[in-house]
Amino acid sequence: MKNKTSILIPIEVTPESPTGEWPVFASTIAAGFPSPADDYIESYIDLNEYLIQHKEATFFLRVRGDSMRELGILNNDLLVVDRSLPVNDGSIVIATIDGEFTVKQLFNNQKGCVLKAANPEYKDIVVNSEDDLEVWGVVRWAIHKL
Amino acid sequence: MTIKNQSVALIDCNNFYVSCERVFNPALKRKPIIVLSNNDGCVIARSQEVKNLGIKMGVPWFKVQGFAKNHKIITYSSNYTLYADMSNRVMKIISEFGSHQEIYSIDECFLNLTELKHIDLNDYGQRIRARINRLLGLPVCVGFGASKTLAKIANHLAKKHLIYNGVCDLSIKEHDVLDALFFKIQVKEVWGVGKRIEKKLVELGINTVLDLKRSSPRVLRKKFSVTMERTVRELNGESCIPLEEVTRPKKQLICSRGFGIPVFSLDELSEAITTYTTRVAEKLRYQKSVATMVYVFIQTNPFKNKDQQYNSGRLISLMKPTNDTRELISAALRGLKSIYKPGLAYKKAGVLLDNLLSSNQYQKCLFDDIASQKNSESLMQAIDRINSKMGSGTIKFTGEGLQKRWSAKSEKKTQCYTTSIDEIPVAHCGPN
Repeated sequence: MKNKTSILIPIEVTPESPTGEWPVFASTIAAGFPSPADDYIESYIDLNEYLIQHKEATFFLRVRGDSMRELGILNNDLLVVDRSLPVNDGSIVIATIDGEFTVKQLFNNQKGCVLKAANPEYKDIVVNSEDDLEVWGVVRWAIHKL
Repeated sequence: MTIKNQSVALIDCNNFYVSCERVFNPALKRKPIIVLSNNDGCVIARSQEVKNLGIKMGVPWFKVQGFAKNHKIITYSSNYTLYADMSNRVMKIISEFGSHQEIYSIDECFLNLTELKHIDLNDYGQRIRARINRLLGLPVCVGFGASKTLAKIANHLAKKHLIYNGVCDLSIKEHDVLDALFFKIQVKEVWGVGKRIEKKLVELGINTVLDLKRSSPRVLRKKFSVTMERTVRELNGESCIPLEEVTRPKKQLICSRGFGIPVFSLDELSEAITTYTTRVAEKLRYQKSVATMVYVFIQTNPFKNKDQQYNSGRLISLMKPTNDTRELISAALRGLKSIYKPGLAYKKAGVLLDNLLSSNQYQKCLFDDIASQKNSESLMQAIDRINSKMGSGTIKFTGEGLQKRWSAKSEKKTQCYTTSIDEIPVAHCGPN
């Protein structure tokens, strides 16, 4: 907000009297020849429509870090997260751990849930039932600026 | 007016503003949280933890600030951009559960479910709760009744008593079952019973919801109004207040805020009044209305007893109805000049537009300057379009001032997590 340019329109505080100018005649005329391409206009490509399935349940998050690198989720990417999608084995999810949002791949095995990073430098997190883990939503797209 | 055998639901978000903050900050789970009103004036939302500590709704912040600090209560300024976006999402999701919806406030709506026969309402209520919690992470309670008034009470019970698990169905309960419940609820919990009416009812010996339910609608109509008669009938299971599915354009619009610091000069008050008028004029055009009157008011801080107190307002009627920001500002500033007294510490100011008409319905007068009116319309449309596309305040009127030293405090406001790409939440991927 701070650096935004503003355009300023001066206004005048006028007295209560009318301006004294009266209109004589006011009307508009439509003219011109219709474009031959008019019939062929379909629509434009709407990225919202393409990227967002369930508008009410969709949120955007910004990636910080490289722990999901090998799945193509890079630092500074924009994530499109849909909370209405089912969580499956192998889903890439936003999970809340220690009061923070994190991105992980979720696997279920006999012992419980495992949250895996996609970077060998990061260890798996095995989730115990007493852990305060919550799956916040499923990541549907990672948008990456080149 | 009365329709029998209706089935009405009231869905209400729990601690809505606090719950919105929690969705985007997982660290706030189970922590005591308060949200403050505009200008950080009063407590307007409390988490359950705070309610348990005994902080009441609406108390001025300065009165509980110390207590809040001692109890490590986390405090936020209100983030209406976030709450409005989440509200739109909630309402859209709820609309999928019934074809007739009345959005009653930012965090509650009615559904008429009469056409859904033979469904288990408790089960249906749980489905609504689960859906909103899944899609948005927000907790809600659902109340069902044979009228809007009963649905409201059912919702109150669902909120207050854990045993209901967030859903209370009073729509098919027998009268004696309802009576046993209503015996324990104070009359002030009834929809439409405010402080003044409550006092009057208690004077008449009507203390509980049951007392009111058993009162004579005709007698109360004479003592109060037809609204009270409807309330009594609604408590007895007759639906008298229909759902308002289309929000009617408001008849008055107001923009008023407290200042962050005391304001003394006419110049700064003019800036504030110009800013508020600009805002309220946007709302006016948004609902496609024109105003015939502008009311301006200024006041000092009533909590500072030692300061000299002054409250004043001025109603200005416009030569012709308008929604042109320039004309409204000009009128508002004329009003301000006429009530301004120097040497006082002003705390609050506001602008109210009154006698609103639909912009295509008002009678044009003989000497209307059609050309300049067309001009004004296009200019206002252009400004509104640019401001909605590029952020409010991109184009503004010079009188608003650039510094706005007086602007309201909202020191602890969170980000616009859902509406501004620069403020979306961060997903952590390892230490960075």
